Amino acid sequence: MLLDKNKFELIGTIDAEAEKINRPAITYWQDAWRRLKKNPVAMLSLGFLILVILSCVFGPYIVPHKYDTQDYNLLDKSPFGNYWFGTDNVGRDLFARVLIGGRVSLIIGFVGTAVELVFGCIYGGISGYFGGKIDTVLMRIVEVMATIPYLIIVILLLIVLPAGMGTLILALVITGWTSIARLIRGQVMQLKSSEYVMAAKALGASPSRIILKHLIPNTIGVIIVYMSMDIPAYIFDEAFLSFLGLGIQPPNTSWGALVFAGQGVMTNHPHELIFPAVAISLTILAFNLLGDGLRDALDPKLRQ
Amino acid sequence: MDKILEVKNLRVSYHTYAGEVQSVRGIDFYLNKGETLAIVGESGCGKSVTSKAIMKLIQTPPGEIKEGSEILFNGQDVLKMDENALRELRGSDISMIFQDPMTSLNPTMTVGKQISESLVIHRGLSKAEAFEEAVKMLKLVNIPNADKRAKQYPHEFSGGMRQRAMIAIALACNPKILIADEPTTALDVTIQAQIMDLMKDLQDKLGSAVILITHDLGVVADFADRIQVMYSGLIIERGTVNEIFYNPQHPYTWALLKSVPRLTTEHKDTLYSIKGTPPDLLCPPVGCPFAARCEYAMAVCKESMPEDTVLSPTHSVNCWLQHPYAPKVAKPDGIGGTVNESK
Amino acid sequence: MSQNNENKPLIEVKNLKKYFKLGPKAILKAVDDVSFTINKGETLGLVGESGCGKTTCGRTVMGLYHATSGEVLFDGVNINDSNAKQKKDFTRKAQIIFQDPYASLNPRMTVGDIIGEGIEIHGLYTGQEKIDKIYHLLELVGLNKEHASRFPHEFSGGQRQRIGIARALAIEPEFIVCDEPISALDVSIQAQVVNLLIKLQRELGLTYLFIAHDLSMVKHISDRVGVMYLGTMVELSSSHDLYAKPLHPYTQALLSAIPIPDPETEKNRKRIMLEGEVPSPINPKPGCRFAARCRYAKPICSEVTPEFKEVEKEHFVACHLF
Repeated sequence: MLLDKNKFELIGTIDAEAEKINRPAITYWQDAWRRLKKNPVAMLSLGFLILVILSCVFGPYIVPHKYDTQDYNLLDKSPFGNYWFGTDNVGRDLFARVLIGGRVSLIIGFVGTAVELVFGCIYGGISGYFGGKIDTVLMRIVEVMATIPYLIIVILLLIVLPAGMGTLILALVITGWTSIARLIRGQVMQLKSSEYVMAAKALGASPSRIILKHLIPNTIGVIIVYMSMDIPAYIFDEAFLSFLGLGIQPPNTSWGALVFAGQGVMTNHPHELIFPAVAISLTILAFNLLGDGLRDALDPKLRQ
Repeated sequence: MDKILEVKNLRVSYHTYAGEVQSVRGIDFYLNKGETLAIVGESGCGKSVTSKAIMKLIQTPPGEIKEGSEILFNGQDVLKMDENALRELRGSDISMIFQDPMTSLNPTMTVGKQISESLVIHRGLSKAEAFEEAVKMLKLVNIPNADKRAKQYPHEFSGGMRQRAMIAIALACNPKILIADEPTTALDVTIQAQIMDLMKDLQDKLGSAVILITHDLGVVADFADRIQVMYSGLIIERGTVNEIFYNPQHPYTWALLKSVPRLTTEHKDTLYSIKGTPPDLLCPPVGCPFAARCEYAMAVCKESMPEDTVLSPTHSVNCWLQHPYAPKVAKPDGIGGTVNESK
Repeated sequence: MSQNNENKPLIEVKNLKKYFKLGPKAILKAVDDVSFTINKGETLGLVGESGCGKTTCGRTVMGLYHATSGEVLFDGVNINDSNAKQKKDFTRKAQIIFQDPYASLNPRMTVGDIIGEGIEIHGLYTGQEKIDKIYHLLELVGLNKEHASRFPHEFSGGQRQRIGIARALAIEPEFIVCDEPISALDVSIQAQVVNLLIKLQRELGLTYLFIAHDLSMVKHISDRVGVMYLGTMVELSSSHDLYAKPLHPYTQALLSAIPIPDPETEKNRKRIMLEGEVPSPINPKPGCRFAARCRYAKPICSEVTPEFKEVEKEHFVACHLF
């Protein structure tokens, strides 16, 4: 092989080159998103949910028939005509009502989950981090609360407070926070013996700093998966309570309330039951499928 | 000498999110009956991947053994074997000892059962016969109270004993090749000495060939017949034990030998170290992979891969310093021999 | 031996014990009556095999574990018996580097944040000054400014270990416990990290407690070395004397077991082989812990615990042979 003699002079090393990182910077989230994208079911669910949310938020403003316009000439009309989902017993457009009802159900789902999350994190974080007597006391409280059937609390609250979205969220949060608190506590207990936590202690970090900056951020993956499963649970609970007549009262409406109304005329006008029921079912299904996909995408052990 | 294993042009890649990582980039080597070949190198050099490839244990996807690779065991290409043939091969003709004895043993099976498994599968022994053999194997690896121990579970064994149990499992069917992937890295130094002694002893008794994969040159000095130094997916130098230790030719080999402080090194002196880290195999360098970190690098090193220079029937090296155009360099202090200049 | 200007050693460990209660009747005596001192500017090496208690000892000296009994005096102040201000002072003056470069960095924080955390906690610098200090530390350990915005998983083991060192140095400590900092690294990277530690010691006047099981590395970096076995210290002397003239049978066996990268030497040497396994540190038997595996064992060895005493100048041994 013909070679240039000049190329044979000693050069030695170039420092900066020796430590270069060639791969593009990829954060935990970018990696998780990339993995999620590969899951068609999860992506479909995500797309569906985005569609539902956008429809419920913006839909009622743009539909041709408003949700509270009553047309006595078109009572209980069948679907797939001028009115896509038909009308209800006072001639209101069912499609618009499903959208506006969706707003309420989704808000309850998101807000309820968010509130219980904040509280559960703090509670579980403290219990898990400090352990010992604090943990014992806090966990006993959780266990007692978890055994009280939520229906009793809801009914009690509804006796005392006016019925409506706020009361409903309060009732569901009061009975629901126990599971997230336990989850966070478990995660924190597992993580607190990690070496990076020890390093933070050695640097003089206070417990609040360790919980907030080191422990909770490393549980976010678990939190997100939990939330994606919890939101549909809230939606379902709301539907159930409204179905019993304890939830959203007219003139407001939610999917559960629509099901309650539709259930009464089931034999003659099944569409008034079917559409809101399908809305609930599909949304819950989509959240659950997305949750499964998120769990896989966020699990660090499955990283390649 | 009888060649029992021949590897030709082995290339293995892994497909990751960032692209294709070329773990092994075209290596050739052979193993003779009854000898010990050491594959030495640091993390990421491809030695573990190579050892897994020999038994076709690479998970595909994300791994891929590229077209053109050949692994000939007694003349037969392992890579072309079907699943049944591979199952026959594994555990019986070729077996493997892994690095971490804690995780490589099944915690829910007694040790005796794990040893007898391969005997039942490959030798067709009955459970009772296999158990007797298992006890014999445990005695062979110097585990006291072997008959009692055979009925115990892995968590009742200490680290050193678990490693012995692994060796017993691997040798149960008297394989022709034993692949030991960092067998002593996780062990204390006194236990390490015991295990290496045991392996030498067993090799003499059973006549198996051993491929020893490690980064510990001290272990290699005692145990190996021939050594291959891997860096960045390639074999950059190979030779007998004496050739590598007393007349190494590649700057990376010098660096490895120098990096180990001897008990005779001057106190708190600066240790010989290599700057930087190995190249990312996502975009492997075009020329010699060691060029970016090599004190003796030349322009040509960055441009093209050096050819194989043969110094003896057993000793060869891939380095531009061997080329007639290259300047004379002095090896670092303490490294034997001079840089060979084939004119 | 290095003579220091102060009369008092920087670290004084007196009859330190750390026990863990594992159950109603099982007590794990991880550290069982260990005493030593470390002078300012020197490196004390602590060697031993798994289960000997060296890591527990290091972490107890750091205050990460509360001692069961005994004292750890830092500059004369007992760290287990001090007020909040003294404790905070101590966290500034003493730092620790961990063994596992993969577990000791928070995977969710950028390298810059990891290094800067100590600075934030102690309020040493803010704003641009803090950023400059972080860059300076990165360069001090051989990395680049660009690395500050990256995450730990993008680095190799050796680089992560260097980040750990930068983190420990950020608050300008006087004393660093190095808990097996190189065990998980490749041999050529080990040399890099050890060179860095020695250089930093020279430049910044640091004092080290260097815990490891690799005897050659320990000898290289330490001024004095202590050998631990099953929670007790069996020998302590200058590193030169320990390797030239090991007195305790365990030390002799340990040195003999080190593989030497030289085929001729390896083939010709005769090893002292230790029979059996390391016994459990849970509810240990009375007497010398090493008696069961010692080739010189006498009846007294299984009955009376040998005293840790000075047998030659600055050379301590706990053995009935002396």
